[in-house]
Amino acid sequence: MKLRRYHAAVWDEPLVMEMGAPGRRGVVFGEAEPGIASAVGDPDALVPGGMRRVAPPALPELSEPEVLRHYLHLSQETLGMMGVSLFGTCTMKYNPRLATELAARPEIAELHPDQDDETLQGVLELVYGLDLILRGVSGMDAFVFQPGGGAHAAYTHAVITRAYHAARGELSRRDEVVTTIQAHPCNSATASAAGFKIVTLPLEENGYPSLDALKAAVSERTASLMVNNPDDMGVYNPEIDKWVEVVHDAGGLCFYDHANFNGVMGKIKARELGFDACMYMLHKTFGAPKGGGGPAVGAYGCTEELARFLPEPVVVRDGDRYRLDRDRPDSVGKVREFWGNVPQLVYAYTWSRAMGAEGIRQASDISVLANNYMEKRLLAIRGVTKSQPHLTAPRLEMTRYSLEAVERDTGITVFDVQNRMVDFGIDAFWLSHEPWLVPQPFTPEAGEMWSKEDIDEWIDALAHVVDEAYADPEIVRTAPHNQAIHRLGPTDINDPAHWATTWRAYTRKRRARDGVAS
Amino acid sequence: MSAHPYMPNSTPGLERALLDAVGAPDVESLFSQIPAAHRMKGELELPPALVSEAALRRHMVDMLARNESCERNLSFLGGGIWQHHVPAICDEIVRRSEFLTPVWGTPSSDHGRNQAWFEFTSQLAELIGMDFVGLPVYSWGCAAGHAVRMAARMTGRAHVLVPDTISPERLAVIRTYCGAAELPGQIEIELVGHDAATGGIDVGDLERRISARTAAVLFDNPSFLGGIEQRAVEIAALARSHGAETIVGVDPLSLGIVAPPCDYGVDIVVGSTQPLGVHMSCGGGAGGFIATRDDPRYAREYPTLLLSISETVAGEHGFGIALFEQTSYGSREEGNDWTGNSVYLWAIANAVYMSLMGPEGFADVGRLIIARSHYAARRLAEVDGVRVVFPEGFFKEFVVDFGGSGKRVAEVNRGLRDRGIFGGKDLSRDFPELGQSALYCVTEVHTQGDLDRLAVAVAEVVA
Repeated sequence: MKLRRYHAAVWDEPLVMEMGAPGRRGVVFGEAEPGIASAVGDPDALVPGGMRRVAPPALPELSEPEVLRHYLHLSQETLGMMGVSLFGTCTMKYNPRLATELAARPEIAELHPDQDDETLQGVLELVYGLDLILRGVSGMDAFVFQPGGGAHAAYTHAVITRAYHAARGELSRRDEVVTTIQAHPCNSATASAAGFKIVTLPLEENGYPSLDALKAAVSERTASLMVNNPDDMGVYNPEIDKWVEVVHDAGGLCFYDHANFNGVMGKIKARELGFDACMYMLHKTFGAPKGGGGPAVGAYGCTEELARFLPEPVVVRDGDRYRLDRDRPDSVGKVREFWGNVPQLVYAYTWSRAMGAEGIRQASDISVLANNYMEKRLLAIRGVTKSQPHLTAPRLEMTRYSLEAVERDTGITVFDVQNRMVDFGIDAFWLSHEPWLVPQPFTPEAGEMWSKEDIDEWIDALAHVVDEAYADPEIVRTAPHNQAIHRLGPTDINDPAHWATTWRAYTRKRRARDGVAS
Repeated sequence: MSAHPYMPNSTPGLERALLDAVGAPDVESLFSQIPAAHRMKGELELPPALVSEAALRRHMVDMLARNESCERNLSFLGGGIWQHHVPAICDEIVRRSEFLTPVWGTPSSDHGRNQAWFEFTSQLAELIGMDFVGLPVYSWGCAAGHAVRMAARMTGRAHVLVPDTISPERLAVIRTYCGAAELPGQIEIELVGHDAATGGIDVGDLERRISARTAAVLFDNPSFLGGIEQRAVEIAALARSHGAETIVGVDPLSLGIVAPPCDYGVDIVVGSTQPLGVHMSCGGGAGGFIATRDDPRYAREYPTLLLSISETVAGEHGFGIALFEQTSYGSREEGNDWTGNSVYLWAIANAVYMSLMGPEGFADVGRLIIARSHYAARRLAEVDGVRVVFPEGFFKEFVVDFGGSGKRVAEVNRGLRDRGIFGGKDLSRDFPELGQSALYCVTEVHTQGDLDRLAVAVAEVVA
């Protein structure tokens, strides 16, 4: 194995707040035309008295090339998936640059959502086409794209659950949402924010909560079930169809959080398993970029029975024309302004059309095959163990592992390992959502975009770092050594005296600490 | 079949090599966890694949050509998404793959991106005059919804006062966030009237409605109908005297010339980030923020991730997440509301934009917009049968009433569209009391020639 001699760009780039010189300009707008100036007079006088800005904002003053180079330097001080990123649960995926180009065209970038439908026929066709594609993979009857992320789609489900039970006059006594400890935290958090009490089922011997535990938790108070399957240990609950029956029998709805869809796309359909609603993250499974945390789309799909509650507007087809249906009296209203992160829909549509049914099926095959390949090699590394080792069936698109033994033997933690792997140009791996059921967890996900060579390189880097942990732990404990900056020091940024989310707070607190009069 | 260009392992040879390494006879055997009865019935029915990029591009370009853009037409639509100039290097930076495609990273490995985020919060803080800013949320309406919930948790109250001029789009989002009557935790939204002459809040009506059960007074500045709130100081003082929080929603692009919220006693500031270097993208440019004073009482109620500057072991600047335990990632349903993916890439566009602008850029663009919008309003008001409802004291948007012409807004807009103009947003459904009115938006992208052309076209259409 031969690891890369990687080193990040080190620019010692100052904060933009410290840069520039008085009077420099990065953008100039010119003055209003003489005809305007003579008609309306002094623009400042148009601001009502008492509401004029007195002190100008203390922003930096920079020229255009300085700003460009500053942010280029910052981009270079970002590993940003330039290496190999197997960030589990997020399905690192190729984002077709064709879509980058298309979304930047004025026929997308310079559209206003309140334009007349007749002027939006292209984008409405795209949205409707994507709706049909997602209906195809899920079996659901309608999709909307208003939610701005996966958590927001979970929230949308909670809101639709409210409307569904309210319409039946049952909401006041149906105040519980059932989920599992391995479901993404957004399910319980959003259901709670929507007003529901949360019932969380623990895992049992088979790697998922038992049907009996579910039956004990479900009652006439159950509003909905919200679950992932497979979970992010790669374990599939084979009783999920029975779960749906139990919840339906009690009068509750069933929501499938398809965060982990990559391993099962083209293999199962949420609707065929009985679910009433599901969610796909287009920035994970369907080729839209992650942007470091959005803009994102949680595509929310449901059955005909729930469709009347969907947030409005909904794109519909009338003959060969498309329109936004805003006249939906039972709609929950809105979870976000307008109708979705349209550029991300361009990516998802582009990706889905480039893949087609055969490509999507193949991508799930490759994801699962690559994960099982990784597992073979990873378990050969000293100190690496697998979550729930007694479950011997092949995991789906990811597996959760543990470095508990490495930590016990050497004191090196998963955070240390993350920090050392980036020295070889390997993006930090995902650990685990809270709570950590597995000590010192890490969760790689290979997906379909990484080559066998990439995957081998990732595994080689981990093996090397584990070897270092045993042979020379100090080098791991003090990592990274090849990055733009060193690891963070011991300052407690949860202490109000030290946290600073802005430069002005930072400079004020620093002055106070230094005892310098401000 | 050819290997797929997005999938390096899609060659038969590699599939075999991986299977051999796993020791599996075929891929199907790896799906043994899924019961046969769960497997989908029939084929996956999707439109045919367009694996050739050339063919796919052709298909997409043909489809998108059926859109009419605000670049080829003259548009006066605003109301929550606005056509502003996007400097070229905002686009250049957000297309950098290091920013565009990754997910997270560590403080050291993705330091540059963290710094760009911190430059977003830091520059926004200077514009609005607050020193605590969270990482972005989905939109202005979502930010307002979270802010109302913060105020409710802080005060232990469940009543919020909102002017009736609020954007119906944002109000719908806030209503969703405020819960349902049948479940615990619902926050009641009560609308406050507006002053018929100025469009500002009717402070007398506010005074009648506010009480010791009020968690917050929420208003926008400028309002949805465009007016700059002239009685903001009184409103905030009134809220404070009742133990309520004041939440204001702002258009950050107005703040080069309009007083920042810190000047009139606001507690929580929210607003849109789209005007700061992000394209409209049919609403996909939406983004929001939440900001307050740097006070633990507020800080501990944020639902967002909070990025703090700190120091590395070598004394360099570095950035880490503060107060993680109070988020949904840290504490599931025990956290404050929820967080997740948001519009973090746009925060970088916002940072680039604000660095280009500087104090003079914000002052200049503010003056240009307010001058042009007032010019447009005056030209339109000269047209027979057309009235500007609140003729003074607005920033970039204003209400135009076509009632005197006998034409409905829909008819006016149809006539304008025939002339290559997208008229203002029709308000007749959401604000019936304004009659046949539309919300016109004028920005720095509109020249005097554009505004003269609008006035001529409107005169023709209403004649």
